[in-house]
Amino acid sequence: MKLQIPFVVKCAMGFVALFVAFAIFGQWLSPYEFRETSLLNRLKPPGTEGYILGTDARGRDVLVRLAVGAQITLIVAIVGTVIGAMLGSLLGIIAAAKRGWTENAIVAAIDVQASLPIIVVALFVLAMFDNSFTLFLLLIGLTGWEVYARLMRGAVLSAKEHGYVTAVRALGASPARIYLGHILPNVASIALVQFTINLPLTILLETALSFLGLGVQPPLTSLGQMMSEGRDRLLTAWWLTLFPGTIIFLLALSVSLIGDWLRDHLDPTLKSR
Amino acid sequence: MISYIGLRLIRAVVTLLITITLVFIFIRFSGDPAAALAPPDAPQEVIDQYREALGLDKPLWSQYTAYLGQLLQGDFGYSVHTGLPSVQVFLARLPSTLFLGGTALAVALAAGLPLGAIAALNRGKPIDRLVMGFSVFAFALPNFLFGLVIILIGALVFQTYIGSNPDSFLDVVFPALTLGLASMGAFARFARSSLLETINAPFMVAAEARGIGRTRRLLRHAVPNASIPLVTLIGLSLGGLIAGSIVTEQVFGWPGVGQLLVRSVATRDIATVQFIVLAVAVTMILANLIVDLLYLVIDPRIRSK
Repeated sequence: MKLQIPFVVKCAMGFVALFVAFAIFGQWLSPYEFRETSLLNRLKPPGTEGYILGTDARGRDVLVRLAVGAQITLIVAIVGTVIGAMLGSLLGIIAAAKRGWTENAIVAAIDVQASLPIIVVALFVLAMFDNSFTLFLLLIGLTGWEVYARLMRGAVLSAKEHGYVTAVRALGASPARIYLGHILPNVASIALVQFTINLPLTILLETALSFLGLGVQPPLTSLGQMMSEGRDRLLTAWWLTLFPGTIIFLLALSVSLIGDWLRDHLDPTLKSR
Repeated sequence: MISYIGLRLIRAVVTLLITITLVFIFIRFSGDPAAALAPPDAPQEVIDQYREALGLDKPLWSQYTAYLGQLLQGDFGYSVHTGLPSVQVFLARLPSTLFLGGTALAVALAAGLPLGAIAALNRGKPIDRLVMGFSVFAFALPNFLFGLVIILIGALVFQTYIGSNPDSFLDVVFPALTLGLASMGAFARFARSSLLETINAPFMVAAEARGIGRTRRLLRHAVPNASIPLVTLIGLSLGGLIAGSIVTEQVFGWPGVGQLLVRSVATRDIATVQFIVLAVAVTMILANLIVDLLYLVIDPRIRSK
């Protein structure tokens, strides 16, 4: 079967590629450094000579800040999603492998997480401890772990009943080998599909928390943090909020579209819907 | 069936207990809980009283039971901000959040379900693709961006500041739309897939064979069956609405619990944050429990299991 990629998905892939390139190389497009202030050039609108996308309230170049912000947002989103996927999948597999009290404890932890939106958990922890980039990254990493855990537990429990597992067990394979070498490859696609659902959620959580002023802290910046800084000047300097906002939206949209398409391809049972 | 209900109840209580325990552990290890929970300008004696009541010199286990005892007596500590009990601060904000969330849910249901039904009945046609496109769009659009754009349009085109007056119609509709947009997309998606599934079910073919008209088949046979999972979906969307209201209230300056939570986190008003977290947990656990029990009422297949 030849793989046909719909036009919309191609556009989405193009935008993601462009975004990643901008996050990595975008800083070279501007002669300025992202923390470099210029008191004489404050709040210049886009198109001002020397500042293609304008400057912010401290005279910092918006273009270079967008590039740095995109980089931080990208790092947080990817690292956060990977942490969540690994933690959740591991707990799910352990629950299914061990059964008994280990499984009960993990299921109870899943119930607890499911009863608290991740943004509330993050805000609670941030009220207690000093915000640091590492802590923030870990909190973002908790996004959706319970979904992976639930899915993987179910998948592994049913995979255990398959003939191939009995066969490798009869051949004398160790439990670690059975679960990691044989069952994991068979259930990994479920985690992969969930990964594509979770990635936009992580992007939106990072930007939302940073927008609230409780995520990425200055002098570092992210797309959400830029919006939070520009918010008070919405009516006089729209470029400070609308540029990062549009990028966040297009990124989340593109990733969701690619994820939807991947899901249809990896999970044929959903295709009819 | 009784054992099913009992099991669900036990699970809900255990979940709540674990949540309370985690909150206790975090407060206990993040600093001086007595200073965090006592009234703000309390003299040393009052803080000492709290320390004694919490038993901070005693072993961890009796501290934990003391904490549970305080919660059971309705003592959730004092807000550093106002000096009032955190419960009181919370309750003062609750009505406006419920109003915003309720309106958002109503808007999302009223627009999302018909959109999804129209898409299902026109499967594969342009309008179907349009609705599905909208649902992805609504999911990916950050509510803070949507809210800010609405404020911008309101200011530039209509010369008003949206969100400044909770009594005016537009100032309620736009924040509610901002909050409800993501759920609206989810409801449309759900209504479409659920209706598609039932339209092709054997009982629908049987109804057609019995000569029942198309409208009656849809309204009396397909829609009731397709609506069963709606209960779960509304329960699930509650978490999204709570999370979304935190951001939405901040964008529009809506004087609700979400705004209170953000402000309390920024000012380290631990007693208030603690109470809001517990209140959210209780709400979500109760909602999940109600969803599971409602299933027993509306879906006879589960009762017989």
